[in-house]
Amino acid sequence: MMTGLRRNPENEEDPKGTSGGGGTAMRIIVPLQGVVQGRGGLILGSVIPCALFYFLQLYLRRNRSNSSSPPSPSQSSGQLVEPSGLPRSSSSLFSRSSTAPAYISSRANTIAKSADAPYYVGLKKVTEDPYDTLNNPDGVIQLGLAENTLSLDLVRDWLAENVKDSIIGAGGGGDLSIRGIATYQPFDGLMEFKVAVAGFMSQVMDRSVSFNPSQIVLTSGATPALEILSFCLADAGNAFLVPSPYYPGFDRDIKWRTGVELIPVPCRSTDNFSLSITALDRAFNQAKKRGLKVRGVLISNPSNPVGSLMSWDTLYSLLDFAREKNIHIISDEIFAGSTYGDQEFVSIARVLDSEDFDRSRVHIIYGLSKDLSLPGFRVGVIYSFNENVIAAAKKLARFSSISAPTQHLLTSMLSDARFIQEYIETNRKRIQIMYLAFVEGLKQLGIECMQSSGGFYCWANMSGLSRSYSEKGELELWDKLLNIAKINVTPGSSCHCIEPGWFRCCFTTLTENDIPVVMERIRKISETCRS
Amino acid sequence: MAIEIEQPSVGLSRVAVSETHGEDSPYFAGWKAYDENPYDEVKNPSGVIQMGLAENQVSFDLLEEYLEQNLESSTWGNGNSSFRENALFQDYHGLKAFSKAMASFMEQIRGGRAKFDPNRIVLTAGATAANELLTFILADPGDALLVPTPYYPGFDRDLRWRTGVKIVPVHCNSTNNFQVTPEALEDAYSKAQAMNIKVRGLLITNPSNPLGATIQRSVLEEILEFVTRKNIHLVSDEIYSGSVFSSSEFTSIAEILEVQKYRNAERVHIVYSLSKDLGLPGFRVGTIYSYNDQVVTTARRMSSFSLVSSQTQNLLASMLSDSKFTENYIRTNRERLRKRYELIIEGLRKAGIECLKGNGGLFCWMNLSPFLDKPTREGELDLWNSIVQEVKLNISPGSSCHCSEPGWFRVCFANMSEQTLEIALKRINDFMEKRKRSWLLFSNL
Repeated sequence: MMTGLRRNPENEEDPKGTSGGGGTAMRIIVPLQGVVQGRGGLILGSVIPCALFYFLQLYLRRNRSNSSSPPSPSQSSGQLVEPSGLPRSSSSLFSRSSTAPAYISSRANTIAKSADAPYYVGLKKVTEDPYDTLNNPDGVIQLGLAENTLSLDLVRDWLAENVKDSIIGAGGGGDLSIRGIATYQPFDGLMEFKVAVAGFMSQVMDRSVSFNPSQIVLTSGATPALEILSFCLADAGNAFLVPSPYYPGFDRDIKWRTGVELIPVPCRSTDNFSLSITALDRAFNQAKKRGLKVRGVLISNPSNPVGSLMSWDTLYSLLDFAREKNIHIISDEIFAGSTYGDQEFVSIARVLDSEDFDRSRVHIIYGLSKDLSLPGFRVGVIYSFNENVIAAAKKLARFSSISAPTQHLLTSMLSDARFIQEYIETNRKRIQIMYLAFVEGLKQLGIECMQSSGGFYCWANMSGLSRSYSEKGELELWDKLLNIAKINVTPGSSCHCIEPGWFRCCFTTLTENDIPVVMERIRKISETCRS
Repeated sequence: MAIEIEQPSVGLSRVAVSETHGEDSPYFAGWKAYDENPYDEVKNPSGVIQMGLAENQVSFDLLEEYLEQNLESSTWGNGNSSFRENALFQDYHGLKAFSKAMASFMEQIRGGRAKFDPNRIVLTAGATAANELLTFILADPGDALLVPTPYYPGFDRDLRWRTGVKIVPVHCNSTNNFQVTPEALEDAYSKAQAMNIKVRGLLITNPSNPLGATIQRSVLEEILEFVTRKNIHLVSDEIYSGSVFSSSEFTSIAEILEVQKYRNAERVHIVYSLSKDLGLPGFRVGTIYSYNDQVVTTARRMSSFSLVSSQTQNLLASMLSDSKFTENYIRTNRERLRKRYELIIEGLRKAGIECLKGNGGLFCWMNLSPFLDKPTREGELDLWNSIVQEVKLNISPGSSCHCSEPGWFRVCFANMSEQTLEIALKRINDFMEKRKRSWLLFSNL
């Protein structure tokens, strides 16, 4: 880690350094100011130091010396060698040194703060001490990452049988020419892959809707898909309304580089955390009063973290609302294929099909990280009904393109309709089994969960275990769960949930045998909490 | 009569509608001409030959051979757990084996004259993403980066479009082979200051695109001194480092830093990629190598928007760590590029055209200024237009590279077969002959 400005006796800090204003100059001005204020009052007390400071800068500029000082040695790299001596070019008080680190943008600095958020702290703890049934039974159990390993064996087996033909050359034992995949490809994805993805999207939605490959822009993951879409739909300083609780990653994916604000629209447990158009309308008007221009609504369906599905009526009302306010709708449907239970998943595309809505305001985010369990391969989708958005997103996709061999490999896999069908069905069943077992386990402990029909997690109400019905209480409980029970769950506050005590628990990287282990650990904590 | 009220159509952002993507500039107009009428040896022998794409196809056979022999082990490594890790792996630290392989490959290219620590490598989906990412990290909207001219036209888009950062050109000219001088640097810096623009860094490409020449050691030292004095960053885009014809002629900024024991290193960042040297642009593998811890950490997090497929990392890790393969590849690739370069230089010379003395890259910097009707940008574009339309060659005009002297053109030679190159040279020769004759005719009237 950089140790920042280095003091050394010969050269003083650069007063024009990035700390904005500098040690040397201030050491002269402050006492002067005091003196002047005593005699000449406030005005002289400000003017004279300013004038002195001005002349000081002039002097410095003229007397620049080229002394350079050693940089702070990095502790993370064994390669940087400790510098041996200091160049003694000038011992003048005003010599410019370069110990002031070169500037890092304010955008870069905002992310430094987010590293302390519970979401990331928890992930880190797991990395340091990961649970393993055999090798590390006391390790931290990961329930904070929405990943699914339940059906990886199916994918692995398919690849083992088919990979040689799939990566290089046309799938089907063709010529092993690298020319086909090595050269520059369209940045928004190969057409044959788009065709395969469009087919897959339709398949996971039980063919309730069909997708047009030319409306697809492919990106290296849903993360850049969402960011690129945000860059297209809103300017820095504009805002999206987002029903809360929402996926913590949205804060990074959308706000960070685009400068677009996210305005949470709270949903309540009494409504089963479903979207209320009234609340949306209220939030829109409040934003307007604050001078914030709302450019769109971002929904996730199936919902992350709640796992609920949006009803046809809600989607319909949402489309109405968007039309009335003339704003966009971004529907993140990344868990569309990971549904279970009786309720049917309805894509916003399906509602559009049925009515004469203005489609140019609707955009869908998708990807293969969840439904196909392949987050490492980096495949994300922007599906838009707006040709201008598609055109702009295509150009922006150059910053986040998918690797060509990966596209070829997955084209083959997705085109194997029989395999995909088997995969989707088996995967759904396995998720449902884990969901039911997990939720039942929690129920035994007196912890109720919201009814979920999709996703890799359940939304659990642990407010009973929390010492106070507040965010503080929730975070204390989260901390206990992480450091004493050693399970990493995501606290509702990270998801901007307005009601404290809710936690997202992901169960799709567990085996059935792990569930009793998790429950036992929670039980121990709950005993201490309830006493 | 009913009055038609137009429904307000839902708006897009400024970024979406801006022209900063540059796809309407001549650089890309030539591409359109190619797309509409692409040359094919058999099917379309009179089509437009693409000489505007800096792609390296001269060493594909070596890659093919390697992959053929090693596909099984390249794909998943050994056993069950490897696949599982691979499929789920979205850690922005990158696959350890792959980061190590990249570091050692970069060392090999520099003949072992510089060491690279895998922990300082940040992987991105291509150098395009790497350059944009660095710009996001080093500068705020409205700030500027200094870039010596002529420069790669894509920078206008990659460095400015979404970042809101400006480019202030550092003008170089043919009097000293377009090398960067301290005066030019100071001049550009002062210009920025006069416009109240904060300069946050200097971005150099070494070897240079479009010049096809390496930056001399002494110039690099001057550059390092300049950025240190101004307390700004230095980004060295070394994407063509493995395509220098002779290894000894390339000095990486990494070597200079190592010699001076990493003094002032924390302001230096190197960009690299496998798109040029290894001819794998479709794989989307780029990297930022930074000597600044904060930049490494931030870039890593920001690389979430631009991760390299774990499958690709796995596929390439074994290839790049196979030092027997890489040594042979690097050496053979250099040799073949050198031969191509000599071929084109000789061919152009026969046609009466001189080029800048180059020693690396996938292109040459051709001087057609003696043949311009007018020594202006218009004159250059007129000539360029004839070359695209009549000679049917897509080459890149210097003005799209912001060259301050009209009449220079970048001509790529590595993205085609030797036969195609010969045909292109013949076309140029014929074109120049025709011009000479008509000029003679004209001057005799």
